[in-house]
Amino acid sequence: MDSWRVLVRGASVIGILFVFSFWSAKGYNRGWSQNQVPVKNIDPVTEIEFTTFQKRFIPGLDYLAGGTALGLTLFAVTFLRRRSHNLS
Amino acid sequence: MSAIPTTLRSIAFAGFTIVSAIASPKTFDLQDPKGVNAIQFKLDSILEPIAGTAGAITGTVTFDPSAIEATNGKVSAAAASIVVPNAKMNEHLLGASWVDAAKHPEISFAFTSLTDVKSVGANKWTATAAGQFSLKGVTKEITVPVSLTYLEGQFGTRLNKPELGGDLLVVRGEFSVARGDYGIKPGESEDKVAPVIQLTFALVGGAPKS
Repeated sequence: MDSWRVLVRGASVIGILFVFSFWSAKGYNRGWSQNQVPVKNIDPVTEIEFTTFQKRFIPGLDYLAGGTALGLTLFAVTFLRRRSHNLS
Repeated sequence: MSAIPTTLRSIAFAGFTIVSAIASPKTFDLQDPKGVNAIQFKLDSILEPIAGTAGAITGTVTFDPSAIEATNGKVSAAAASIVVPNAKMNEHLLGASWVDAAKHPEISFAFTSLTDVKSVGANKWTATAAGQFSLKGVTKEITVPVSLTYLEGQFGTRLNKPELGGDLLVVRGEFSVARGDYGIKPGESEDKVAPVIQLTFALVGGAPKS
């Protein structure tokens, strides 16, 4: 087996594991990825609930699906065989 | 003899001035120094609802606690201030096929009076505001159920400057509009994004002591 195939397969498995670990570590967000996170606040005098946004990244299902698809594609590529040229 | 009528006239004038000052309508500025004011919106969508806020609120409400029906005003939100948690989605929302913030920078609601006014507590009322709602350059007549809370003498207190005096008016409401009515992808992608936009607002207006 070609050594590049082993390397790519290993990298794609590690990539998929990393994507899943990162997504789960950030709170299993089952919505879209968020680049800024809404935070609820209450004004004490008027009792109005208002939203502020914190700049931080929370990966969502799109991130998980995209990362996994990329990893699986890379893994699948390693099974492609080079077209053999018959010289006879 | 003529001194008495003059004194009476002075007292009557002073009384009239005080009554006028108490009863006259006040104009509440919705550009909140604490940045609390916002219009929140929600659209059902695949995966999860698209929820965000439009925060750059301007406008005024003229309000007289002794004549609630006469309350009128205009609330405007800068379309470019729309924020949703996902940056790519935000870009789409501000783009030409959605609110087109570059060409139509203002979202507004103007109303001239209130109907169905009911007192629901001390300095608290519910009512219906009828007026013109403008979005993406399209203006339509709508009615919005609102609640009003008059916080007398709280303007300065809220800013930690009680010596300023002044009053606050809190206006809350909730309504929905069909996005297609305002030229936002009419009849398109309704299986992915709901055709109805739900809008909620809680706004505070300040009237400093004059």
